[in-house]
Amino acid sequence: MRFVLALCLALLPSLALAVQPGEILADPKLESRARDISAELRCLVCQNQSIDDSDAALARDLRMLVRERLKAGDSDIEVRDYLVARYGDFILLKPPFKMETLLLWLTPFAVLLAGAAALIAFSRRRRSEPVAAQALSEAEKHRLQTLLGPDGDKP
Amino acid sequence: MIVEIGHYALVLALALAIVQGLAPLVGAIRHDGALMAMAQPAAVMQFLLIGMSFAALAYAYVTSDFSVVNVFENSHSLKPMIYKISGVWGNHEGSMLLWVLILALFGATVALFSRGMPDDLRALVLSVQSWIAAAFLLFVLLTSNPFARLNPAPLDGRDLNPLLQDPGLAIHPPLLYIGYVGLSITFSFAAAALISGRIDAAWARYIRPWTLGAWVFLTLGIAMGSYWAYYTLGWGGFWFWDPVENASLMPWLAATALLHSAAVMEKRDALKIWTIFLAILAFSLSLLGTFLVRSGVLTSVHSFATDPQRGVFILAILVFFIGGSLALFALRASALKPGGIFAPVSREGALVLNNLLLTTSCATVFIGTLYPLALEAVTGEKISVGAPFFNLTFGPLFIPIILAMPFGQMLAWKRGDLLGAAQRLVLACALGLAGMVVLYALRGGSVVPAILAGLAVYLTVGSFVEVYGRLRNAQNASSFFARAKGLPRSAWGTAIAHAGVGLTLFGLAATGWGVERIVSAKINEPVLVGPYEVVVTDIAPRDGSNYKDLVAHTQIREGGRVVAEMDPSRRSFTTRTMVRTEAGIVTLGLGQVYMNIADVRIDGAIDLRLYWKPYVALIWLGALVMSLGGLLSMSDRRLRIGIAKRAAARMQPAAAE
Repeated sequence: MRFVLALCLALLPSLALAVQPGEILADPKLESRARDISAELRCLVCQNQSIDDSDAALARDLRMLVRERLKAGDSDIEVRDYLVARYGDFILLKPPFKMETLLLWLTPFAVLLAGAAALIAFSRRRRSEPVAAQALSEAEKHRLQTLLGPDGDKP
Repeated sequence: MIVEIGHYALVLALALAIVQGLAPLVGAIRHDGALMAMAQPAAVMQFLLIGMSFAALAYAYVTSDFSVVNVFENSHSLKPMIYKISGVWGNHEGSMLLWVLILALFGATVALFSRGMPDDLRALVLSVQSWIAAAFLLFVLLTSNPFARLNPAPLDGRDLNPLLQDPGLAIHPPLLYIGYVGLSITFSFAAAALISGRIDAAWARYIRPWTLGAWVFLTLGIAMGSYWAYYTLGWGGFWFWDPVENASLMPWLAATALLHSAAVMEKRDALKIWTIFLAILAFSLSLLGTFLVRSGVLTSVHSFATDPQRGVFILAILVFFIGGSLALFALRASALKPGGIFAPVSREGALVLNNLLLTTSCATVFIGTLYPLALEAVTGEKISVGAPFFNLTFGPLFIPIILAMPFGQMLAWKRGDLLGAAQRLVLACALGLAGMVVLYALRGGSVVPAILAGLAVYLTVGSFVEVYGRLRNAQNASSFFARAKGLPRSAWGTAIAHAGVGLTLFGLAATGWGVERIVSAKINEPVLVGPYEVVVTDIAPRDGSNYKDLVAHTQIREGGRVVAEMDPSRRSFTTRTMVRTEAGIVTLGLGQVYMNIADVRIDGAIDLRLYWKPYVALIWLGALVMSLGGLLSMSDRRLRIGIAKRAAARMQPAAAE
């Protein structure tokens, strides 16, 4: 009975889950490197998923590819470069820092700095303003003069 | 016939919206009370008409009227009733109808619950609101008509996308839309204030409940969406930095900033220009989100270019409202006098810092979301901006916010005492540090989760220090409770909402301690995950109304004793021949055991993905707590009807000085 059930299942449209037991490398160190690399690679046919999370067949192929390269002795960077050479920067979920992405990487810092600078400039101006606004009027100056006497402004 | 009535009601609503956009505006400018008074009944009527229209579409879905194209494409006679109803907004046309329905609902609410407000302000707000409604009604009628007919009518429908056949669809979009569209009211208030030129502390008080309400729903909507993704997508991820998610996060960040800057404007009459700008920005980001999600620009710049009708229409709406309001803003902003003065170290200063950081993080999400689109449009080069980018930029921006939050509560208005605040926070800091050390010692692994968890402890405890400071002089328990009850609800609201952020942060930090097992297991073969043993006891098929399940009955054992059971399954949908995994999730304490089944092998072994996610429930519980804080603040005495009017009356002579 269980056999029949399993057979029925095998005939169902196959739904691969993200990483599958069969894909996992025997060496846990290598496997954990593979997982870290996969998490930063885009599944090219998906909306916004890494190959580590995706159920797509392409993602599975790419996961196998990453593991093959690692087994062949590639470093993490070599694996990444290998995939970029094949698929372009599009495969990197963290875009590389270069001319085209300068604006992308620098905007957060630029906004923070510009905002802080604007705040400092604004508060400086505000601090100098009230002094000017609170200058004595002619009547007040006159009254001060009479209170202090004729020698008031010459201490 | 009912469908045609729905369509007609929508056309009538458009006509009425145009009248409501014009008459009160003219009335407010000419000080004509009769014209201004048209706004309220028109707003209520507009809501009723759109409500009728929505009900007509819902009726077509419930009765499976496949002569309506929209129903044919997104429904099926065998679909369970809950999905027939939620299917109404599970598609482009229907969701836009829900959008305008909620827009009109907010207009009607302002019309009914604004007795304390000056007549001209109310008239202007409802007029601006109606302009937005008119634009979107036109959009629905011209490009996304949900009432189009099909002749001859097909025998059955194409069914709803299986991924959407989930209770999440019934809850998530309405919550999120109430939040999104709720920000339209703050926008209308800002535009009304700019048109009338009267921008004062009373205005900040009027918008407070609306901003808070929109914020509460936005928080709930985002959290709900995140939980939905968590249990559907099959591996327990809850936030993907997907453009669609970012589209809802940006208005949330802007609304959070707006809440805080409006507090300064209300209390100290300062930051007026900035607050108005944020009110415009928050809704502009909602519009941008609608554009991103609804135009198809996200799938690909090219698919947008081949069928640009809808996208261009929303883009035109976007440009009109954002451009128009910013032009008004530019005209009026220079005339605004800066209000109360404050030292850099003060409650105001802390709130300004909060605004700087929140706006920067919002800008980061903005650039990360739109940069790939812009780059592809300009140079044709395709890049991806995903989670690693946002974790690297957005993350560091949020750390100083978390550090500053308890300090902000502690500082006095005008001029605060940083050292004094630090002294009162010693306990929170100590607990936070102790938490870091203890958790690192217990859990091991990377230091990052321990540091974040320590920060979360500091924030959660620190959030209540200010409230505790007001209560600690109580003589006995009963006076303690009397004082606690007597505190303004907004003080409790702040403390609770901030603590909610702390809880969510703890849940996020704890993802670093999660355990993952990807294995093949035989029936009755135990698999260890975290502190538990998971055993699949049986695999059996099960029939649903429009799907078939293959269920793996599973037991979770701890020390040989069964503590829980779950039924993860693979669900095959017959109409669309699609398979979906149904995760088995069991909450134990604050953590969850999460399990998915994949292929069953010939030898009877099953491929499993198993997770133990400690404290993961805190991520969403924290969001619930944040919303609770928001609701408490909303119920604050000073925001209730009538009190605002007396406050405004007191405010008037001050404004005349």
